[in-house]
Amino acid sequence: MSLWKVAWRSIQQRALASALTAFSMGLGVALVVAVLVIYSVVEKSFRRGAQGYDLIVGAKGGKLELVLNTVFYLGAPVHNIPYDYYEEFTIGRFETAVEAAIPICMGHAYKGAPVVATVPEMFDKLKYLGEYKYEFLEGGNFTYDDHYGAVVGWEAARKTELKVGDTFQPVGVSPDGTADHEDEPFTIRGVLKYTGTPNDSAIFINMEGFFLCPAHTKPDSPAKRLLQLDKTAPGNPEKTGNVGADEDAPEAGSDDPSAQQVAEEHTGDPQQQSGHEKHAHHEHHKEVTAVLVCTDMERPQLAMNLAEVVNEGQDAQAVKPARVISNFLSSVVGNIELMLLVIAVLVVIVAGIGIMVSIYNSMSDRRHEIAVMRALGASRWIIMVVILMESILLSLGGGVLGVLLGHGLIGALSPTIYEETGVVVSALEFKWVELILIPGLIILATAVGYLPAVAAYQTDVAKSLTATQ
Amino acid sequence: MLELINVKKSYPEPDGSVLPILNIPEFEVAAGEEMALVGRSGCGKSTLLHTIAGISRPDSGNVRVDDWEITLMSESECDRFRAQRIGYVFQTFNLLSGFTALENVLLAMRFTGRRPNRDRARHLLERVGLGERMTHRPPMMSVGEQQRVAVARALANQPKLVLADEPTANIDTGHQQQVLDLLRESCREENVALIVVSHTPQVAEQFDRIDNLEEFNRVRAKK
Repeated sequence: MSLWKVAWRSIQQRALASALTAFSMGLGVALVVAVLVIYSVVEKSFRRGAQGYDLIVGAKGGKLELVLNTVFYLGAPVHNIPYDYYEEFTIGRFETAVEAAIPICMGHAYKGAPVVATVPEMFDKLKYLGEYKYEFLEGGNFTYDDHYGAVVGWEAARKTELKVGDTFQPVGVSPDGTADHEDEPFTIRGVLKYTGTPNDSAIFINMEGFFLCPAHTKPDSPAKRLLQLDKTAPGNPEKTGNVGADEDAPEAGSDDPSAQQVAEEHTGDPQQQSGHEKHAHHEHHKEVTAVLVCTDMERPQLAMNLAEVVNEGQDAQAVKPARVISNFLSSVVGNIELMLLVIAVLVVIVAGIGIMVSIYNSMSDRRHEIAVMRALGASRWIIMVVILMESILLSLGGGVLGVLLGHGLIGALSPTIYEETGVVVSALEFKWVELILIPGLIILATAVGYLPAVAAYQTDVAKSLTATQ
Repeated sequence: MLELINVKKSYPEPDGSVLPILNIPEFEVAAGEEMALVGRSGCGKSTLLHTIAGISRPDSGNVRVDDWEITLMSESECDRFRAQRIGYVFQTFNLLSGFTALENVLLAMRFTGRRPNRDRARHLLERVGLGERMTHRPPMMSVGEQQRVAVARALANQPKLVLADEPTANIDTGHQQQVLDLLRESCREENVALIVVSHTPQVAEQFDRIDNLEEFNRVRAKK
């Protein structure tokens, strides 16, 4: 018979008190586990979500807002940048420095799932988690010509019950979160496979169709129109390829007198002016929320300078999502984690003191039992060790219970966490730091078990035996 | 086998004075001998047993058990010696209620520092008629059965001496003789010296040697 068994039997004898003290320890440990795992998963998810492209180019303003909005679909919509700024990355001055530039337009939703207008390259050229190609569970990607084609993320498909062939109408969302208009219906062409990224919870529509909605274009300032008319003048090869694509687009903004005046002044030809106006409206009044940029790895120097060049200009800012997330995690989330961890550790210590009180209070009832063991030949040290073992068993038992509770809690809350934040949390997500709990609990148990162990050590055998005769 | 020479023991009183309990010039028990130790309540019988077992240290004098001078041993040596050489049967059985009958016997073996001999523990319990109740815990057993477990436990480590402090005091008359017979037979089989403390004349009369503590304890003789 081992001393562990002796300690275990003592625990069994005081089953209720032991269970309650172990449970209180379990709650503390569950809290520690929950904090550790949730932070770790949040951190990983944030870092993973920001992989697959090097830069996000968006409107000047908060970097974190831009990243949270464009990568994680969180927070209020940010301001937009002109569509032609996006074109700087595809056919303009930044073209040589980038491998891919994917425009996205935010601000729409369908049944709670964010709707993102983008281009087919989103799934052809970008890789999620930095290395995996997007694959489809059903159907496939939409094409450029399929203006009202859409692709639905794995989780969004589950949530909205959209499947290939279904049509839906994205609803525009105002900054205050209310629906402000409805668009033309889009048709689901494909359902993405699970990626473990925020994209799982989103629906992606063809940007061409998005821009066909009059609400998604807005008049430019007269000065800008003048610039645009210059760019779109006949003979300018930069834009001619896109004209045909715009013919189907609804005409909007032609009733803007200031625009007409600018056009007339520029060309002097009402007919030509009308054509230019139409073209300018369809091509250049468009805006995008952000551009996801993959830099050209073969030209690292150009890529390195790209962010600097963009940020030096007045039109937009370029942020490195990985760095922004890293700063965010260390400065904000890291401090919250530390604070929660301190509270959780305090709960564990309080639970440890509970174990000490429980064992110490049991000493008066157990003096006789201890005296009997001493009379049978148990040394003071053996008695002390048995009490310490009892404390360790209670703490570790509570610890194991806490780990199970903590992970159970995480598992139970994971759907809600995913719904609310897009962060995937699994009940089986273990963190190596949890292993520290074992030696930590043993040290705590030894510390809190010391006082009752000393009380047991000092038991007067003869007196305790005589008292019960 | 057991020899006490000039053993004195006293306890401090709350007023600072000292209350003498034992003053025994000489006391001997031979190997395998059985004897009854009698005397009025409070005359120091339990203190004497505690002193022999090394649970209490005498203020002076020598206590030799099986040629080992236990007054010269350290406390831990004394604990180990007690576990290996002395069996103890208590008036209130003092079985550990959280343990089964078998575990109570095995626990006594554990404190010798040697690996518990499960076969011997089973054999002893069968010997006292509890072969079918080894996995039962004390609260599930009758008082007679509990005292039989206590007898088996006292013999677990093949001791040289068994000290029984009022072993039949809490047992109904019908079972008293049964337990006493069992204790004596078991000690005979194992050639163990037995000292039974009792203030029941019917119990003491069964032994060839009956010592009255009040007669050889000089503290009491003076009173």
